[in-house]
Amino acid sequence: MDALLTPAFGTVFWASLAFLTVLFILRKVAWGPILKALNDREESITNSLREAEKAREEMAALNSDNERLLQEARSKRDAMLKESKEIAERLVSDAKANAREAAAKEVESARSAIETERKAAIAELKAEVAKLSVDIAERLLKEELADTGKQKNLVDKLISESTLS
Amino acid sequence: MIRFIARFITVVMIISAPNFAFSQNSEQNDEHTNSHADNHKEEGVGNFIIHHISDANEIHLFGNVSIPLPIIIFVEGKGLDVFMSSAFHDANGGHGHGPKHARGPLTGSHYTKDELGITAKDENGLDLAIWDISITKSVFGMFFVILLMILMLRSVAKNYARRPGLAPKGIASLMEPLILFVRDGIAHPILGKEKSKKFMSFLLTTFFFIVACNLLGLIPFIGGFNITGTVGVTIVLAGLVFVITTINGNKHYWGHIVSPPGVPFFVKLLLVPIEIFGILLKPTVLMIRLTANISAGHIIILSFVSLIFIFGKNSQAGGLGVGVFSTLFMIFMYLLELLVAFLQAYVFTLLAAIYFSEATQEPHH
Repeated sequence: MDALLTPAFGTVFWASLAFLTVLFILRKVAWGPILKALNDREESITNSLREAEKAREEMAALNSDNERLLQEARSKRDAMLKESKEIAERLVSDAKANAREAAAKEVESARSAIETERKAAIAELKAEVAKLSVDIAERLLKEELADTGKQKNLVDKLISESTLS
Repeated sequence: MIRFIARFITVVMIISAPNFAFSQNSEQNDEHTNSHADNHKEEGVGNFIIHHISDANEIHLFGNVSIPLPIIIFVEGKGLDVFMSSAFHDANGGHGHGPKHARGPLTGSHYTKDELGITAKDENGLDLAIWDISITKSVFGMFFVILLMILMLRSVAKNYARRPGLAPKGIASLMEPLILFVRDGIAHPILGKEKSKKFMSFLLTTFFFIVACNLLGLIPFIGGFNITGTVGVTIVLAGLVFVITTINGNKHYWGHIVSPPGVPFFVKLLLVPIEIFGILLKPTVLMIRLTANISAGHIIILSFVSLIFIFGKNSQAGGLGVGVFSTLFMIFMYLLELLVAFLQAYVFTLLAAIYFSEATQEPHH
């Protein structure tokens, strides 16, 4: 029992030597490199994860950017479509108005021309009729007044018809 | 290397398995023939157990088969004697129990080996002052363990160097959880990342050394190593903890021991001696805890083995009945010992880390 509880000098001697030796050897050949490797690996894993996270965020930002751009493009397109439709409508209506105006002008000018023509024609007709009447009257008079009795009758008739008041 | 060791252990187990029961048996029989009364018999069992967990100068495999180990003795003023432990013979020239004698090949001293160790006398029968640095069973086991540690951990380091940034493979994947356990489970939470760098090598070496020694002690049929149950080994570990704590102790640490702040003078008179005593007590407790835990496990298993033969001596049926229960309980104890092997290494390393942390703590109030 005493042997069990008393540290033997030899054991202490060898244990110190052995433990210190293994401590220094392992510090050099094992713990240093192993802990460094573990640290490096952990760092690289952490970095990779962080980078992946960053990439994902960038991707998400890019996606939302794309979405926004798409939205913008879409609204722009809509606006453009609307605008072009308006322009087209305006063009069409303008054209219609123009056409109508032109047509009206045309009709108006035609009408005025016709009016002028008509007036001219009427004037011409009047002159023609007057000439014709004069002619007829001339010929009629020539024929009627050949006979003196008849001339007297006519004058009588005309005098009786005209009421002098 | 590992495969070779595993094969070696298997071979040893196969060879010695049938003899194990026999060896226990023969010793019991020896004790039976030697003892004359019942109280002697019980004492015999006690001695048998103590003998098995004590350090020895040879590795006792089974029966009369032992592997002799070198005896190295430095005799003051005379020189160094180196010879094998098989040179020791008892008075009848045999290898039985009791004191054994040998003669130093160089100095010619007469050595006597008993339960308490080796003593020396010169030719004239005068006592000689000697330094016994024999390679005992525990020392041999320790050498084996450190050799194994260096080989394994060096190959782990090489593995990491060969595959930087990749997942561990082979032996590295076996060791990495343990290394990370010490780093992330003990050093970092207690000492902090920066401060633990200084103590990392010691903590890791201590943990692995204790685990390996404990596990070596659990391999049956190779002589029953009890390295961490040997006071001489644990006192060195605890002593190093003490030395490191003392060297690294800062002003704050010593200040709290020599003159605890905010304590009335008459309490200081009481407290300061207790604190100073505590500096020594802490590593002592570390030492006793480890030694006692590991030895106790061995003692319990050996007790159950002995129990079978104590009952078997009175009646065969009794031996058989107790044997069944003893065996079942031994299996349980063995598994518990496996747990304790890791647990005690953890506790030792944890407490060492806590002491280091106390010694290096910066004032925070």
